[in-house]
Amino acid sequence: MTGTAHKYIGKSVKRLEDERLLTGTGAYVDDLKLPGMAVMAILRSPHAHARIRGIDLSAARALPGVIDAFSAADIGPELPLIPIRLAPFEGFERFLQPPIAVGKVRYVGEPVAVVIASDRYVAEDALELIDIDLDPISAVTGIEQAVAGDVLIHEDAGENMGSRYTVGRGDAEAAFADAAYTRRERFVTNRHSAAPMETRGLIAEFDAGIPLLRLHGATKVTYFNRRHLAVAFDLPEAAVELIETDVGGGFGVRGELYPEDYLVPIASRRTGRPVKWIEDRRENLMATNHSRDIVCDLEIAATADGGILAMRATVQGDMGAYIRTNGGVVASRAAQFLPGPYRVPSFSCDVQFLITNKTPVGTLRGPGRFEANFCRERMLDLMADDLGIDPAELRLRNLLEPAELPYRIGELVPGDVNATFDPGDYPSALRRVLAEIGYDDWKDRQGDIIDGRAVGLGIACFIESSAAGPPETARITAAPDGGIEIRTGASSVGQGTETGLAQIGAEYLGIDIDRIGVLHGSSTLLASGGGTFHSRNTVMAGNAVRLAAEALRDRCVELASLRWNTEADELSYRDGAVHRPDEAAAEPLTLAELATFARSRGGKETLSADAAFENEGKLSYSYGAHAALVAVDVATGVVEVKRYVLAEEIGRALNPALVVGQAIGGMMQGLGGTLLDHMVYDEDGQLLTGSFADYLLPTSANLPDITAIALEEFPSEFNPMGFKGAGEGGIVAVAAAIGNAVALALKPHSIVINELPLTPDRLRALLRAVGA
Amino acid sequence: MTVLHRIKLTVNGNPQDCEIEARMTLADCLREILNMTGTHLGCEHGVCGACTVMVDGVAVRSCLMFAVQAVDAEITTIEGLARDGKLSALQQAFHDNFALQCGFCTPGFLTTAEAFLAENPVPTRAEVQRAISGNICRCTGYVSIVDAILDAAERLRAESTP
Amino acid sequence: MKPPKFDYYAPTDIDGALALIAEHGEDARFLAGGQSLVPMMNFRIAAPAALIDLNRIPALRGIHVDDAGSLHIGAMTRTRQLETDPEIAAANPLLHAAAAHIAHVQIRNRGTLGGSLAHADPAAELPGIALVCDAEILLHGPNGKRTVASDSFFDGVFSTAIADDEMITEIIFPPWPNQRRWGFQEISRRDGDFAMIGIAACFDIGGDGLIAGARLAAIGAGDTPLRLTSGEAVLTGQAPGQALFTDAAFAAIDDLRPGNDIHASAAYRREVGGVLVDRVLTEAWGRAL
Repeated sequence: MTGTAHKYIGKSVKRLEDERLLTGTGAYVDDLKLPGMAVMAILRSPHAHARIRGIDLSAARALPGVIDAFSAADIGPELPLIPIRLAPFEGFERFLQPPIAVGKVRYVGEPVAVVIASDRYVAEDALELIDIDLDPISAVTGIEQAVAGDVLIHEDAGENMGSRYTVGRGDAEAAFADAAYTRRERFVTNRHSAAPMETRGLIAEFDAGIPLLRLHGATKVTYFNRRHLAVAFDLPEAAVELIETDVGGGFGVRGELYPEDYLVPIASRRTGRPVKWIEDRRENLMATNHSRDIVCDLEIAATADGGILAMRATVQGDMGAYIRTNGGVVASRAAQFLPGPYRVPSFSCDVQFLITNKTPVGTLRGPGRFEANFCRERMLDLMADDLGIDPAELRLRNLLEPAELPYRIGELVPGDVNATFDPGDYPSALRRVLAEIGYDDWKDRQGDIIDGRAVGLGIACFIESSAAGPPETARITAAPDGGIEIRTGASSVGQGTETGLAQIGAEYLGIDIDRIGVLHGSSTLLASGGGTFHSRNTVMAGNAVRLAAEALRDRCVELASLRWNTEADELSYRDGAVHRPDEAAAEPLTLAELATFARSRGGKETLSADAAFENEGKLSYSYGAHAALVAVDVATGVVEVKRYVLAEEIGRALNPALVVGQAIGGMMQGLGGTLLDHMVYDEDGQLLTGSFADYLLPTSANLPDITAIALEEFPSEFNPMGFKGAGEGGIVAVAAAIGNAVALALKPHSIVINELPLTPDRLRALLRAVGA
Repeated sequence: MTVLHRIKLTVNGNPQDCEIEARMTLADCLREILNMTGTHLGCEHGVCGACTVMVDGVAVRSCLMFAVQAVDAEITTIEGLARDGKLSALQQAFHDNFALQCGFCTPGFLTTAEAFLAENPVPTRAEVQRAISGNICRCTGYVSIVDAILDAAERLRAESTP
Repeated sequence: MKPPKFDYYAPTDIDGALALIAEHGEDARFLAGGQSLVPMMNFRIAAPAALIDLNRIPALRGIHVDDAGSLHIGAMTRTRQLETDPEIAAANPLLHAAAAHIAHVQIRNRGTLGGSLAHADPAAELPGIALVCDAEILLHGPNGKRTVASDSFFDGVFSTAIADDEMITEIIFPPWPNQRRWGFQEISRRDGDFAMIGIAACFDIGGDGLIAGARLAAIGAGDTPLRLTSGEAVLTGQAPGQALFTDAAFAAIDDLRPGNDIHASAAYRREVGGVLVDRVLTEAWGRAL
């Protein structure tokens, strides 16, 4: 669609969502109150690993205000297991989680018992009255310990290795044998969680008589979840409704199936009342998916002038106590993205998934990429230093050139043998970032002391996939009053889905955007839907809306031809109406008039069109570069990020302001992930970072001067509108860029920056060890 | 025996009667008893700022106050910022500057900013960054929020200049 | 995270508060700003059977400077006032400056000086400032009033000299000479977080150009705020200068008693404590008066 002037697409249209959110009239799940509703609280395991000897609910049940209480014994013996939706590697089936602990608890936070009461205050009072008799077992809290297998977390599995596989291409062994340069390092990316501002929550209405299970607070993959919950509760799919409310952020962790997605409906079924459960922050930090806990043993082989020949790695992911819906995504993507946008002819990676007594792991924005980029980009800087090559120069030598694309990476992607990088210009994106941050002004001042602090400018390149998954659906309906309703199978977790889809609808229907309302996510809206993950909304849902708009236009022409009793091919649709070639003959028929006409016909039809967009598994690849300028107070280890530039090639921006918002939001989450976020367990598996006083998130006081650039040079060939996902490019290379910057700032001291987070304590310990 | 306190709160200029336990936080009283769900709970331990409201014109964490403590105080919540159905300068500036995404932290930022601008109508960018450093946002990365507050400050100055 | 049940009282005078604490004893807690107590209650780490709300006692508010120049601050004075009040800025610029480091504005709008001292978090700023300024804490009890010097007031983590039946009513800061040098710096994970380590310092320069009345205090470096007397000894009677400050910092490290936690190791606190002593003394010396 080049060369065409657009009214809405490509414009920073203000958000439709804002009015209600700005005035406090949004409807997040905790804002809903249903008649007769009760409130649920969950007793969670205080031990990381223990046998359950007994649970006494009698005192809790007797507390005034308590309606019911249950544990596994009350709802067993057949309990469903949380299914795997993605990356279901062989062996994982041995480690699936029941919704409530049966016989054993395996992580601090695992649900053990449930109380339903008149309100949350009483429910928490009741939790204190539950007597659980636990027999603690030694906890497995590290990858090495898990591998050793002296203590088994799932005895029947016989090991703590969830799954293991190898991917590769070329001949890494030969490459390493002959290489002029090799280096090996061990990198650790630490355990994070998404910590969206809204914790999870659900309201279940279970009416066994109708039957109907309605679950409010669902999001992300409502149709998949509906399908699964219907089976779990032995209901027809049509009897299960997953309703999406306003959502306070997802970042990969919200909307997956968790124990509570079963426990809340069970509570409603048992009590015959709607039941609400809202996770508090203490629960959220211990019970919502963790991520990023990866150890990577990485080796690189290159020519004497820095041409990469091969990479070889072991990637070990600490999966926590169970394998849940996201399967092996995190570690498998870490492996797959290790080579990044570079020319790495030979590659071999042993990918391992270890089970430990910690909170289970799932996707977190840029899963595996954030980790892989840190490992690889740090290694490239080490290589640059060893070989005396400027880091930017080294990257330009090794980035895949435009002529080498498309470039197949399917050998590294389990289940997607045709995965291919689409056309692009990676060196150009890096050059743009280098120019923007003034790399030439800083490259010879690395490690200099300016105003009492050591400065460093670090760079990193990345490539990122988007738009995976099943087809996405849309329906557009025109009402007699002129209103246009768009329904999408995609979800909104706050990223502006309503606005983006309205822009596309308005553009292709040629109408004012104010006429459009967008309904999203709930499984009641459409027969099926794909969902929202992997930054796919703009690509998948956006193209589905366009197809629906085009289908609606065709329907309008058909109806107009009936109404005017003329041949359809004489008529044309534009600007919200169907026009006759001879305008004098009749006024154009507007969408509203055609909708009225449709109603008045024998079958009383509505004027609507359905569509689905399928990209046949062809992922689009955004790519780009990050650069960070840091100042390190060497004496205290405090790192300040002063300036940050990032560029991402996204094909085409639907709404530039929203794209920049994603980039900056992602960047700051990445800054947290590099310097602050850290889930810490002690050797007994106790979570020490159980509140926001200890699990630290970045604030406005951490803000660098940020420039986020969206490049629109290579529209995706895999969807007609040329979009690529733009939700994760902002975060994926932050640890890489800041890690490199800190290492360069501290260059004179020759310390090893291989482990996140880069806290003042860690930096000073490293510096102290070398006498600095 | 649960002791209930009958209290009268003044919220957004309106008197509200409630009968509640002493332990009910101001945040929960607003949300559950008065059905004003614009004030959000993000942590319930005073760190995230999502629950921020104004009590006698200053920004406070409503999760750290009990409702019984708020009698005799003028409480302003997000629901009280718009006047006669018209968005306030701050609300409008948030909209124009894309200063919200999921919107969950937004009520806390708006009340914090409202109190801040009342005290400091001509802030520098650094002062704004500091003023909102007690509010956490996971979506926007803060830049657009800072822009919005500076924008609102300018609009308010323009409005008040004859 | 809802708090457990409690009986609530809101006395309007000090005697009323004292009568209530006498009646309920250990089962009751005073509710000052609530910024430390209420989170603990929401986590159910603290579960007092009764809360005695001090926010409605006018006698606990207010500040004044007496004829001798001592600054009297009511226990329920908000830390925000410490940060913004010009009278306090003039009467004790160190207290004024340090208050700005406390948490965030929403916390300072409710948190109180008396509450912070009674809570006695080893990493909190105000106990450290009270210590370095040699403030006195005025306590009311059933048997009358007594003052406790700040260096006898803090006796352990979250533990003070306040008896079970007493309450803080006022904090008295000694007169502050115009020419006094002062400084305060802390290292925290983020702005507004508890200090991993913080140093407060003040000293006077005599007519002879030599340091007198040197006081150094550390927060986050032990079970209580600590006076760094070894460092003070190095400074006393010497001419100020960078080399002296470095020596004092080196000596002061010996007085630190830091522990390990997830944010910083004892080794970090010790090392950086020394760095901060040096920096704070340099800042104090360089500050224009």
